Amino acid sequence: MTEKKMPLWEVFIRSRNGLAHQHCGSIHAPDAEMALIAARDVYTRRGEGLSIWVVPSAAIVASDPADKDMLFEPTASKVYRHPTFYEIPDEVGHM
Amino acid sequence: MYTQALNTLDPQAAAEDSVLEARFQARIDAEEKIEPNDWMPAAYRRTLVRQISQHAHSEIIGMQPEGNWITRAPSLRRKAALLAKVQDEGGHGMYLYAAAETLGVSREELVEQLLSGKAKYSSIFNYPTLNWADIGAIGWLVDGAAIMNQIPLCRCSYGPYARAMIRVCKEESFHQRQGYELMLTLCRGTPEQKAMAQDALNRWWWPSLMMFGPSDTESVHSGQTMVWKIKRFSNDELRQKFIDATVPQGHFLGLTFPDPDLAFNETTGHWEHGEIDWSEFARVVAGDGPCNRQRLAAKRKAEADGAWVREAALAHADKRRQRQAAAWRVAAE
Repeated sequence: MTEKKMPLWEVFIRSRNGLAHQHCGSIHAPDAEMALIAARDVYTRRGEGLSIWVVPSAAIVASDPADKDMLFEPTASKVYRHPTFYEIPDEVGHM
Repeated sequence: MYTQALNTLDPQAAAEDSVLEARFQARIDAEEKIEPNDWMPAAYRRTLVRQISQHAHSEIIGMQPEGNWITRAPSLRRKAALLAKVQDEGGHGMYLYAAAETLGVSREELVEQLLSGKAKYSSIFNYPTLNWADIGAIGWLVDGAAIMNQIPLCRCSYGPYARAMIRVCKEESFHQRQGYELMLTLCRGTPEQKAMAQDALNRWWWPSLMMFGPSDTESVHSGQTMVWKIKRFSNDELRQKFIDATVPQGHFLGLTFPDPDLAFNETTGHWEHGEIDWSEFARVVAGDGPCNRQRLAAKRKAEADGAWVREAALAHADKRRQRQAAAWRVAAE
């Protein structure tokens, strides 16, 4: 096919007021304006969203899956970052 | 974003493949999801591209037999429901193409494979919709069969496919219910209306059973896809589940199934069906069904008729980008 490729966009939707936008999929569109229209048609046919972000897929920088251990494993041993690590006497009540 | 960072096949890495494959299979066995940038065997990637794109093509071609009836729906309520259903199918095709693209194929390649006839789509959409009751039968039987197939796919080992299927299944349930309700309305109507419903069931029953694909003894792709947890149940298991769920629904409608051998087995608790005409299935898959040529011709025409719109939209976006850049240059000077 000689046709020029349609740019790819990632779609993020905020489902309810107060919640963050969440990635829900991708669409093809020539520009941002049409990407928003297509995202609305493809991803919000049942009142799923109150707000849409579209981001050119090429603009996303992702971590390498090969670096997964280096990036995320060190936190596994840091139990002192969680509230349950600290013992508070029952008499003190909820804290 | 997934398509840009794909694993390229490195010949030197071939020696490591058995180690990588063992690690890959261990992840699958542990019910971990495989994501686009993870290592995967080339055959796993190929199988997924084939299956997901075939699934996407089915949704897109599946818009045709029903779209045929939008202008002739008997009431505004039915028309609105049918429009929404056909629009959903377009949406499902989009979710699925996007999932396939995460494996490194472009949308353009996938569409080209459909148009050239290289890629297949579900055999069911090569049957004609001859009367309004067919719209009910499609929702009840065809979407019912699709749901049977798709619910286990929500747990498929490939993350993007599983996530797409979760969205599809949520929406698909309305499709089946509207179809059954349509059939029920006809069956409770005049004798002529009930006869229409019966005629639709007569024509759609066998093709619906064929949707699950060849019998387990014949299916070429089943074994490995089960090991990879792309598929969770065999063709025959899913077909049996569908028959067991559907036969009582048909009897509730007061309709009879076009299978003299259909009988309930008290010992197994299953409905047993007569022999499926696999030669018909083979004919339809090979391109010789009642509507194969018509479906592809309509899709090719739509693609060709829309080409200038896509070109114009891209040219317009290009022009705006250039003007913007020029404006920034002027502002900077």
